[in-house]
Amino acid sequence: MRALAERFREILGDDGVITDPVRLRTYECDGLTVHRATPGIVVLPGTAEQIAEIVRECNAARTPYIARGSGTGLSGGALPRADGVLIVTSRMRRIIEIDVANQRAVVEPGVTNLAISQAARPHGYYYAPDPSSQQICSIGGNVAENSGGAHCLKYGFTVNHVLACEIVTPDGEITWLGGGDPGYDLLGAFIGSEGTLGIATKVVVRLTRTPEAVLTLLAAFDGIERGGRAVSAIIGAGIVPAAIEMMDALAIEAAEAAVGCGYPEGAGAVLIVELDGPEAEVRHQFERVETICAEAGAFELRVARDDAERAAVWTGRKSAFAAVGRISPAYIVQDGVVPRTALPEVLAAIDALSADYGIRVANVFHAGDGNLHPLVLFDDAVPGEGTRAEEVSGRILDLCVEHGGSITGEHGVGVDKSRYMTKMFGDDDLDTMQLLRCAFDPMNLCNPGKVFPTPRLCGEAPGVRRGVHPLVASGEAELF
Amino acid sequence: MDPKLIDDCVHCGFCLPTCPTYVLWGEEMDSPRGRIHLMRQHVEGTPVTPEMAGHFDACLGCMACVTACPSGVRYDRLIEETRAVVEREHRRPLAERAFRALVFATFPRPRLLRALRGPLRLYQASGLAPLVRRALPGPLAAMEALAPELTARVRLPRLVRARGPRRAVVGLLTGCVQGEFFPQVNSATARVLALEGCDVVIPRGQSCCGALSLHAGRPEQARRLARRVIRTFERAGVDTIVVNAAGCGSAMKDYADVLADDPAWSARAAALSAKVRDLAEFLAELGPAAPRHPLEITVAYHDACHLAHAQGVRAQPRALLSAIPGLTVVEVPDSAICCGSAGTYNLFQPGAARDLGDRKAANVLATGADLLVSANPGCTVQITSALARRGREIAVAHTAQLLDASLRARPARALLRGGRP
Ligand SMILES: Cc1cc2nc3c(=O)[nH]c(=O)nc-3n(C[C@H](O)[C@H](O)[C@H](O)COP(=O)(O)OP(=O)(O)OC[C@H]3O[C@@H](n4cnc5c(N)ncnc54)[C@H](O)[C@@H]3O)c2cc1C
Ligand code: SF4
Ligand code: SF4
Repeated sequence: MRALAERFREILGDDGVITDPVRLRTYECDGLTVHRATPGIVVLPGTAEQIAEIVRECNAARTPYIARGSGTGLSGGALPRADGVLIVTSRMRRIIEIDVANQRAVVEPGVTNLAISQAARPHGYYYAPDPSSQQICSIGGNVAENSGGAHCLKYGFTVNHVLACEIVTPDGEITWLGGGDPGYDLLGAFIGSEGTLGIATKVVVRLTRTPEAVLTLLAAFDGIERGGRAVSAIIGAGIVPAAIEMMDALAIEAAEAAVGCGYPEGAGAVLIVELDGPEAEVRHQFERVETICAEAGAFELRVARDDAERAAVWTGRKSAFAAVGRISPAYIVQDGVVPRTALPEVLAAIDALSADYGIRVANVFHAGDGNLHPLVLFDDAVPGEGTRAEEVSGRILDLCVEHGGSITGEHGVGVDKSRYMTKMFGDDDLDTMQLLRCAFDPMNLCNPGKVFPTPRLCGEAPGVRRGVHPLVASGEAELF
Repeated sequence: MDPKLIDDCVHCGFCLPTCPTYVLWGEEMDSPRGRIHLMRQHVEGTPVTPEMAGHFDACLGCMACVTACPSGVRYDRLIEETRAVVEREHRRPLAERAFRALVFATFPRPRLLRALRGPLRLYQASGLAPLVRRALPGPLAAMEALAPELTARVRLPRLVRARGPRRAVVGLLTGCVQGEFFPQVNSATARVLALEGCDVVIPRGQSCCGALSLHAGRPEQARRLARRVIRTFERAGVDTIVVNAAGCGSAMKDYADVLADDPAWSARAAALSAKVRDLAEFLAELGPAAPRHPLEITVAYHDACHLAHAQGVRAQPRALLSAIPGLTVVEVPDSAICCGSAGTYNLFQPGAARDLGDRKAANVLATGADLLVSANPGCTVQITSALARRGREIAVAHTAQLLDASLRARPARALLRGGRP
């Protein structure tokens, strides 16, 4: 490690290499603090060339390396290793180009999601995917996690808005993915790969025209049940809102405590419905949404009249995760997906779990696409509560899988959920994914130990499974 | 460092983009989240290392992180406790210690500060320690440049009577730096209050409010100064104490916390804190009575951290200014990011202070405004000296001075003269 640090100092200067133990520890975790490990070395590069050199040095020393953006990930994807190097992009935050004519922007990986929208706004554009962490999460992290947000119901996830990436491959080469070249969609494979297929060093994103009109409705219901009915009815009517978000009573309580968002009193659930697009269409559809909500039993409908009121409606929702800190000493943010139609059933089951275990669960979710974010609350000072909360959190994922959903909607697998991968995929599926991973990273040094339960197949990596992979045996795939 | 307060941090990182040192250096250890992590390390048994102390020292105490934090982390209290721990447990190099001692002996004493202006200049020239040499020329030179002639000292009466029907009786804090270097702001404040129907009581012999000591990990000195201020204003017998310097106002609102553990004083401190209002905050609560005359001018409003972040006063000054006919308020880009002044920060962390000053200067110039409104003397000094480094000048005035000009039908020209506040 010491020799490696010396080499890094030559590449980056003293200022870009951290080896002091106290400093190193501040990088021990991302937004998911239950997993911690102090990195061996932290480097703060400024250019793609520097990252390429760092990766080559790591390869030569057989040392694992892990990319980190802003460290807001919620699945431990950027969890460091004591025997590894953490490559942090927080100094690579230049917006290289806002190309209005071609509706795109070229940015460095450490640029925050929101900074892109802010730079594009004067031109009448913005960057559509809007994770709640948008003011701080990096675009590199977004690419790695294929992050989404409230408005992805209509506009799609990161993968729909990234046109190309310059990456440093695990071989230490700089190359471009995407850009509409014929052949395999390698960019598609890279997006959502959680930092296991290389490090993004430039990202070309699509800019979306700011809609002509935006209308936002806050509907208050006595409970989740009725709110859920409204959601189904809206989608059933063929309306595609920009966003439909729901929060339950506990989540509302937290947001109220944090930001005083002033949601209707006594609401057991609130629904935020936002429509955007051409003025006339939005107005027309908005009326229908209002009617539908009223018919579903909304006891109060509030229309945001201007940007300030709209922002007020959204602050409550966007701060909900962090706000839960106000009503509970500790909590787990879960992320799962269920088919929209299964929502009421799954929510009832979560309620039952919560009662069984004596663990409170607050619910915040992207109701439009069935992406749940149950917040499992506990007090780590009470012996056993942490474990019970963990169990509840795991059981919620079981529920999602049982109902034909997924163990993650947008926060990724990371270290936290790798053990659940076997619940969704069989050995053959996982092995096939490993083949892809090995094609990019044959030495298994690029963010190893993430996503997959146990490393298999890759060259010398220890395998629990013996024998030849069926795809290799049949000649359909080969090991690189 | 209260572990409970540390535990409130959920490590979400929402505070990072508004933290000036994170904006500058992009390092976790120099972000609020990282600093709280360092505090946790200390609470869990890691001694204060020089590296750790360095990251705490580099914190401006701007409290932008408090505004940004959705979990309600009391970083203000955490850093205050932490600074005291650093002062107790960390032994600084000799030159640094000497320099700090000099600054803390000087700043909280208005009269000494004034008397030392000349000698300090000499000391500067002598180049005793490299640290001193680096630190002094910037901010102190700027103070020299900005300060009115020594003879031009304005002496405020003990009582300024309300014009027209009396609506309130208020006390006015004159402040050390404000009083010594920007006395014209204090006279404008007193006039505006009087024109709006307030009897203004200005107690003699006011001491420093203790803000600098409090924010530098010297709680004993801070408590001593706080007790004096409390005594002074108790004697004044006023319901409200109006403060026109952001840093002083935020410190005085904190007296309740500062003296919470002192049984003889806690109740008195809480009572005093409850009376403190920033000038803009107070005028907004009071509502306008005096007629406003037009000022044809475009101003950029600068958010002083100790006003915007520490006291949550953002809307009121903007509203007061916008209500002046003819006046246009424009926003400074990245207004939530500190200008780098931060009390004594530009003395102890000159590099970072300069970089932040440069950024602020560029953003201020980008507005194209005729005049910059700044409600904190430290910010005024910092921004003007940053502009001067670029060979630029902008007139700077306090909210009070604009209101004063409008209420007294003075021309906007008078405010713009010579680029001085
Ligand atoms: C309060 C809160 C709310 C959130 N809300 C949402 C939400 O609404 N929607 C959502 O999708 N997510 C959300 N997240 C999760 C998180 O913000 C996203 O996953 C985000 O994309 C992570 O970005 P980051 O820069 O913090 O990445 P990090 O946490 O630093 O890293 C995440 C992963 O990306 C990899 N990585 C980072 N940079 C690169 C790079 N340049 N090249 C390759 N790999 C890289 C890392 O190795 C790691 O695996 C939320 C998080 C928090 C704390
Ligand atoms: S007080 Fe200011 S400088 Fe200090 S951590 Fe908070 S935001 Fe950063
Ligand atoms: S915003 Fe608050 S909770 Fe989040 S990291 Fe910063 S201090 Fe901690």
